[in-house]
Amino acid sequence: MANGNGNGRVGLRERLSEAGEHIRSSEAWSSIFRPGSPFRAGYSDTPRNRSYVIMNNVLYHLHPVKVKRHAVRLSYTLCLGGLSFFLFILLTITGIFLMFYYRPTSPAAFNDIASLSTQVAFGQLTRNLHRWGAHLMVLTVFLHMARIFYHGAYKPPREFNWVVGIILLFLTLMLSFTGYLLPWDQLAIWAVTVGTNMAAYTPVFGDQVTFALLGDIQVTANTLLRWYVLHVLFFPFIIVVFMAIHFWRVRKDGGISGPL
Amino acid sequence: MAEIPESILRRSAEARAAKEGRDVEEVLAEMRGEAPPAAAAKPTAAVPGAPVGTPAAASVLPPGDMPKIPESLLRRTAEVRAKSEGRDFEEVLAEIGGGSAAPAVSPPATEAPVPVAAVPQEPVESPAPAPAPVTVPAAAPQAPASAAGGGPDLATLAEQTGVPAHLLERSFKARAQIEGKSYVPPGSDASPAPATAVAAAAGGAAAAPAAAPVAAIPEGVRTQRLLTVVKAGAIQQIKKEPTDKVNVWPHLVAIEFVAIMVVTAALFVFSVFVDAPLLEFANFNAQPNPSKAPWYFLGLQELLAYFDPQVAGVVIPGFGLVGLVIVPYIDRNPSVRPSDRKLAIMIFTFFVIAAAILTIFGSFFRGPGFNFVFPWVDGIFFDF
Repeated sequence: MANGNGNGRVGLRERLSEAGEHIRSSEAWSSIFRPGSPFRAGYSDTPRNRSYVIMNNVLYHLHPVKVKRHAVRLSYTLCLGGLSFFLFILLTITGIFLMFYYRPTSPAAFNDIASLSTQVAFGQLTRNLHRWGAHLMVLTVFLHMARIFYHGAYKPPREFNWVVGIILLFLTLMLSFTGYLLPWDQLAIWAVTVGTNMAAYTPVFGDQVTFALLGDIQVTANTLLRWYVLHVLFFPFIIVVFMAIHFWRVRKDGGISGPL
Repeated sequence: MAEIPESILRRSAEARAAKEGRDVEEVLAEMRGEAPPAAAAKPTAAVPGAPVGTPAAASVLPPGDMPKIPESLLRRTAEVRAKSEGRDFEEVLAEIGGGSAAPAVSPPATEAPVPVAAVPQEPVESPAPAPAPVTVPAAAPQAPASAAGGGPDLATLAEQTGVPAHLLERSFKARAQIEGKSYVPPGSDASPAPATAVAAAAGGAAAAPAAAPVAAIPEGVRTQRLLTVVKAGAIQQIKKEPTDKVNVWPHLVAIEFVAIMVVTAALFVFSVFVDAPLLEFANFNAQPNPSKAPWYFLGLQELLAYFDPQVAGVVIPGFGLVGLVIVPYIDRNPSVRPSDRKLAIMIFTFFVIAAAILTIFGSFFRGPGFNFVFPWVDGIFFDF
């Protein structure tokens, strides 16, 4: 048997490549990867394959096959929108991790957070990532908005996407603010008390607004449960819907705006 | 020829005139078949023999008098057809109109020798398209296309029209059903005319080309119909100018990947060295002094020091949010050049800087009792 190593035995490399060949030609493999996918057809750097990589990829929902040349210039977008989205994903992942160790009830919440640093592997690191990532996301979303303004990218046909973007900025602030209460320490409850005191000045409905927000006339354990649900389910759900619209409209309105 | 609405004809003429740098009226007249093609016409002639407002002009064109087809297109068509039918390119070209003088009326001389030679050898049973019938249309340019029963058989028809035989058959069947007749395959024994044609062909005599298949569809008559006219407003207009584009893979994806890695790494490093704050357990009886909102609300809290809570807490943020939302509907200036939008940039920058100053002030320059402090003197009263 000519296998190239001269001793007639089948080496590990041949066995592996044979097994790989077997897997790649299996029905399961070709059901996972679309025809034309580089995982099925192999990749050599041709313009056609460059298109196929995107076309046979879930990224196709986000990216077209080609974009304007100036759109990939780092100095134009500064990646702010994309980084905001990435931070959202990072926050979702770290947030799910934190949910495993957190109970939104009055004494337990604080103790769970405190024990993250002593009893959970990488617990403190994950909490740090979650908190600093959240602050960073507020910053990147705001800077993204400023970038859009200075490029005049809200002008027709992108007026509505600007509006969606403002909604996303508002939702980002709400996500961050609802998360602020969850450690249930002095910083959390008093910051939220100060923040929600302003809502009480809403004309006519002030008291009702406060009660809807807090589930009580002041910050209590009711508020904790309420804001927990808002933080881990309600606002993420809403923001994902608006993000989907936002990204869809970016492409429908002709990709990102032109250069100055 | 299908009746083309005047407006469409006109739009087409305008486009062509713009492209070729000619006069619209001249092109229009030419497209109606009222003037010789541009090559012959003097540019100065300004032929508009037909006033614009006569839509009739477009419809009275006799069949076969179609607008001139550019030579290049004709050649391309001929090439394709010659290739698919395995015939000589020049021959096909001559047939489909290279000999621009009405190919339907006289048989193109060039192709005569080939089929005559070919016919005798051609077995009748063979359904394969024989070259012979192709030459024949010359014999009967006036034959009505509707001669359903008496025409050539399917294979011949298929070859003449370029429509696959099975589709033709289906069409004939459908028509027979609509008209309530029973379907008789064209060229079958049921009708006398094709029988003789077959017999003649079988004889393989030189007479075959003359007598045999009556052209069901004369040359020069279009076999397609105008189904509908889609108005310009009814569809999405896509005005696409050629732009300089790059592939998302690898160019954009690589940049995004690097950006994500850099941010992740920076965040990890920061998180390793700086812990998130965790103060004492919540105590509603001990309000810290000062109590501050999260940093992104500290600008508003700072405003509380100057204004009534209704103004600082409701009116200003409300106006801020609504103002941001309606920015694109207020700013109707279409330009994106910074030099054209000095006012917009000025206003926005003013608010951004104001918000930044208020936030920084509220964060670092406010101490116990929310009184003014210098952070380098009294320390920082601020937690992330």
